[in-house]
Amino acid sequence: MSSLPEYASTGQRVWYYTFRVICGLIFFFLIFPILVIIPLSFNAENFFTFTKEMLALDPAGYSFKHYIDFFTNPNWQQALTNSVLIAPVATLLATSLGTLAAIGLSQSHVPFRSAIMAALISPMIVPLIISAAGMYFFYSRIGLQGTYWGVVLAHAALGTPFVIITVTATLVGFDRSLVRAAANMGANPVTTFFKVQMPLIIPGVVSGALFAFITSFDEVVVVLFLGSAGQKTLPWQMFTGLREQISPTILAVAAIMVAISIALLTVLELLRRRSERLRGLTPG
Amino acid sequence: MSESSTAPLTTSDGVPLKVSLAKALRREKLRSFLLIAPLLFFILISFVAPIADMLFRSVENAIVPDTLPRTVVALEDWDGSKGELPGEPVYAALAADLKEAVKEKLHTRLGSRLNYDMPGASSMFRSTGRKVEKFTDGNYKEQFIKADKDWGNINFWEGLKQLSSRYTDGYFLSAIDMERDSTGIHFKPEEQRIYLMLFGRTLMLSVAITVSCLVLGYPVAWLLANLPLRTSNLLMILVLLPFWTSLLVRTSAWKVLLQDQGVINDLLVWAHIISNDNRLPLINNQTGTIIAMTHILLPFMILPLFSVMKTISPSYMRAAKSLGATDWTAFWRVYFPQTIPGIGAGAILVFILAIGYYITPELVGGTSGIFISNRIAYHISSSLNWGLAAALGTILLGVVLLMFVLYDKIVGIDNVKLG
Repeated sequence: MSSLPEYASTGQRVWYYTFRVICGLIFFFLIFPILVIIPLSFNAENFFTFTKEMLALDPAGYSFKHYIDFFTNPNWQQALTNSVLIAPVATLLATSLGTLAAIGLSQSHVPFRSAIMAALISPMIVPLIISAAGMYFFYSRIGLQGTYWGVVLAHAALGTPFVIITVTATLVGFDRSLVRAAANMGANPVTTFFKVQMPLIIPGVVSGALFAFITSFDEVVVVLFLGSAGQKTLPWQMFTGLREQISPTILAVAAIMVAISIALLTVLELLRRRSERLRGLTPG
Repeated sequence: MSESSTAPLTTSDGVPLKVSLAKALRREKLRSFLLIAPLLFFILISFVAPIADMLFRSVENAIVPDTLPRTVVALEDWDGSKGELPGEPVYAALAADLKEAVKEKLHTRLGSRLNYDMPGASSMFRSTGRKVEKFTDGNYKEQFIKADKDWGNINFWEGLKQLSSRYTDGYFLSAIDMERDSTGIHFKPEEQRIYLMLFGRTLMLSVAITVSCLVLGYPVAWLLANLPLRTSNLLMILVLLPFWTSLLVRTSAWKVLLQDQGVINDLLVWAHIISNDNRLPLINNQTGTIIAMTHILLPFMILPLFSVMKTISPSYMRAAKSLGATDWTAFWRVYFPQTIPGIGAGAILVFILAIGYYITPELVGGTSGIFISNRIAYHISSSLNWGLAAALGTILLGVVLLMFVLYDKIVGIDNVKLG
């Protein structure tokens, strides 16, 4: 019943349109909180709601002051730097280890495959607060608590399941005879991997890396426990900002992060299309 | 190749084919293992070991026997049920242990540990720790009781005896609002029970969030699965954008929207639905937690539902209708049963995620909308009762794993899909 047939009764017509309105409201619920942040972040006052000037579209009601604060306030800048220092390293670690393991797991004879898979996926299943508690206890034993590498290792561990899942999904459509063909023509395993396998599974690797990056970049619970003041990341700064003195600069940060997620979403969509196109070429 | 059918097959270099194949298989196994090993090792160290450490800490109690080794041995023969205080040898052992502990500054740590079970123990150890150096030999019992009269309290000694083993179930008992004394294990007095109530609330709110996600997600997933591809891809963006947006951004959005002076209340006042003095309390309570978390977890419901609904052929519904079913019967008897795997997957996923949530309840939940995870965080960073935090975490982990086994049965761990 995706479109209304000619013979629909009045009741069916009413339901058809009511249903669309309900769905419209739910979509509105999904998107409204994210979009409303953007105009609010240009508020000239330190309020969290639309002022009279803003509603009248008076330019005086709008300003960049919260953005200026974000780019000049040393606390926010330090937090941004820390995030930028932590997330890429964690992503690199998670992506390289995760891709190798996914290739290993996709071979036909892997002993204890499901047990290994369960262990490798577990960081995604265990609630963050429990991971954070365990890591806090254990990392303080081995002296990693409150260090840069402690946070990086923890974030990499949290990101690997996403890499495993996306790369494994890409490998399902991967034609193994290509590897055999390459080997047959005299390529060594390393050449085969980089010249044949990697270009074909790269969409999965990149989207896994994006997931890992977002996991680390957006992570707050673990860093809250594991990090010290020197590892204060952007989400941590937002968290304290929201909990203690709720400052409107948060809205500017949030608007910037919405822009980042739109960019990420676009990249992923392009990757998905490329992967589908490539898969159309390979048999099976 | 062998000419006779009975001789074993061999490869070109004369090795029996079976041996050669087994060798190749072994090499393949080894290779896949070598590829997996680095990550497996990494996860074991950085993730599995911490979880194991937490499980261990929930029962570990080495601090008492380690700090007071002589006292623990001396107490073994003492039986508190006779109503007599321990004899002089126990006090002498305690004096020796305490002197050593004070030298290494361990007595205050032990005091705060004992304080979880016996309020007042912390100050007892601190004050006596200052005086124990000046104790004269002999007659320790009298000197201890003079230093702090609680050393003459038989309940304290019973408590200490119970805590003198290396492992304890005390944290787990506290985590379910129970305690143990000379008469056995029983519930704490009504006014001291908090954890069962918190577990109950966490479960209840998680169920409420799951149900509201299902109610909101089902129609949307249906619409997305039944619209032409072009339109549904566009609308899908409205689902994926929140999914990709930072959790803190969404939480701050709700914090801003739901405030007393926030956008939603302003709108309602402007539309004359509520009066200005009567603004709805939408934040810092359970309503806030439910609204914000439903929004945050809704994509996790829509995506699995969508992928199941996408595979249901519309001809089933048409067939049902041509056989005389009304719209409702066709939906309820034919379409709905086919979507149950999707409902199961989505609901369990949302429930697992909701039950362990920390950030959102902390920021929008106030005091009545917080979860058990907030209490775990409190015990780790504020009250420093790590054992209790570990026990609460272990129970929560148990619930989540149980749900996950269910998820595995319904969806399969290999079928987890993203985006």
